[in-house]
Amino acid sequence: MGAARVDAHDLRCERVVSGYDGKAVVREVSVSLPGHGISAIIGPNACGKSTLLKTMARLIKPMSGAVTLDGRGVGTIKPKRLARMVGLLPQSPVVPDGIAVGDLVGRGRYPRQRVFRGWTKEDEAAVAEAMGIMSVAELADRSVSGLSGGQRQRVWIAMALAQQTDILLLDEPTTFLDVAYQIEILDVLSELNRERGITLAMVLHDINLAARYADYIFAMKDGRLAAEGKPREVVTAEAIKRVFGMDCVILEDPVARSPLMIPVGRRVGRQDDSGPASIMDASRGSLSAIR
Amino acid sequence: MTGRASWRDRGLARSSLRGHGVGVAALSLALLASCAAASFALGARAITLTELADGLFRPYVNTYGANVARKRVARTMFALLCGGSLGVSGALTQSVTRNPIADPSILGVNTGAALSVVCGIAFLNITTAAQYMGMAMAGAALTAAFVYAVGSVGRDGATPIKLALAGAAVSAALSSMVSAVLLPRSYVMDQYRYWQVGSVGSGTWAETGALLPFFIVGTLTAVATAPALNALAMGDEAATGLGVRAGLVRLIASMAGVALCGAVTAMAGPIGFIGLLAPRLARMLAGADLRRSLPMSALLGAVTLTASDVIGRLLTYPGELEVGVVTAFVGAPILIYAAVRSRA
Repeated sequence: MGAARVDAHDLRCERVVSGYDGKAVVREVSVSLPGHGISAIIGPNACGKSTLLKTMARLIKPMSGAVTLDGRGVGTIKPKRLARMVGLLPQSPVVPDGIAVGDLVGRGRYPRQRVFRGWTKEDEAAVAEAMGIMSVAELADRSVSGLSGGQRQRVWIAMALAQQTDILLLDEPTTFLDVAYQIEILDVLSELNRERGITLAMVLHDINLAARYADYIFAMKDGRLAAEGKPREVVTAEAIKRVFGMDCVILEDPVARSPLMIPVGRRVGRQDDSGPASIMDASRGSLSAIR
Repeated sequence: MTGRASWRDRGLARSSLRGHGVGVAALSLALLASCAAASFALGARAITLTELADGLFRPYVNTYGANVARKRVARTMFALLCGGSLGVSGALTQSVTRNPIADPSILGVNTGAALSVVCGIAFLNITTAAQYMGMAMAGAALTAAFVYAVGSVGRDGATPIKLALAGAAVSAALSSMVSAVLLPRSYVMDQYRYWQVGSVGSGTWAETGALLPFFIVGTLTAVATAPALNALAMGDEAATGLGVRAGLVRLIASMAGVALCGAVTAMAGPIGFIGLLAPRLARMLAGADLRRSLPMSALLGAVTLTASDVIGRLLTYPGELEVGVVTAFVGAPILIYAAVRSRA
């Protein structure tokens, strides 16, 4: 399997205002996705993080500002041409009635097919490769509706991979999955990014997973960009307090060495066990700083 | 089938059906041929082979039997074309609304056509087939456009659920308007009653010829939009991500579906359940890929409608039961079964 690296593209939003029915959810946000990198968009519910991703994926037309790919407004690029460069995995795609895994993955080839020119060798190879990467080749003939949540999400990602885009946008790819599948999906995505250089941007709910897997984090609040930068720069007690309005302690993830956010909450300080003492150690006194 | 063979070795999953796909296609064609043959032969007066040959190939033979055969053949062609159109129309409606138990009537198309025809009879004194056609098509198109507009209001545009709800609401309103126009006018009632029960009994070559362009254009449009509709089946967001202009595709496919159903409704009256049944059977036989199930829907629509017409002729022999009555009787239990199954 040749792991050819894909091109980097410059996908950015410039002072984008967007939302639904004339109501702005995202307000004047400017972001630029680091090429060949993994970006995560985090923030509290209804902060506009999904709306921002959807605007980048041209599902929503911005009310003002611009989404550009390599300097060109995405609205001026033909949809099929754009779909060969930027792919999207929505939060809850619909499984067509009675469809087999291989057929679903094959539908990712749509932007690369021409009318009246049937299924080509390239289509075949791309589908086989995508199923191979996501380890779903053995399921090719199985019905998608009979799969577990984790398997199904693998199949959807394989569908997006068959599209062979340089940039892939994912709207909460780990929601509805149990923790083992969340890690598994994010591991596969990060391998894809490392081996092929596919630029990934995803909306994530879990701050710690974002800190662990993303190279770059955009934190949103009330439709505006509240913080951006490397996980160490964004996942700080100060920034989390500002974005989520919640006190927390930041430790170092002993496995990934990324910042690890521990919420403080009200039920704090069980003095009967030795826990707090070691937290104090690890966080070098930041707990006392909060108090 | 060697279950262990790898994806690449085995070739396309798309063609895993190819072996039995050919069988299914051959079987369906055989079914079509036997339906047509039954429709030629059976009825109030049975037709012999000689009479059929006279009717078809010897225009100078002017016996009673040959003339009956000619009418039968025309009627059969009309029935096949109506069924095919309704099958394609149903398949389009189901994929546009992403509702496996939808048929064109869910968009209010039938009721819109009916109201338009009733108004035509009551206020414009329409009598000819062409006038019925024009009124019914106009009513169908207006209703579909209105339902589409109502269903598009608000966030996310014309979602399947909003379309179905708008269709049901508009349909209910329009059918009460049909009653309002009909009730005080008994002469309209008489004319309307004849049209309102779907029938292909009066089908002639002229009507077949009038329907043919609709069938051809509608079916070609359907086949051309099939890959985009396949993508749309995964939801608007996924389809847009694949480069599909969701709104445009939905509009084109709806227009083709409305034109097909409207044309048939104008000439034969509302015939229910074919648009529901044929695509469903087609999906069972040909799978989820519309590029294959659409032609199959056309074929199965033609078969079921023609078979229903033959059954109608035999049930009340030597009289006839209109095909719309037969399809409703056959279709209703199947619809209930399908609805219960799809909830499960």
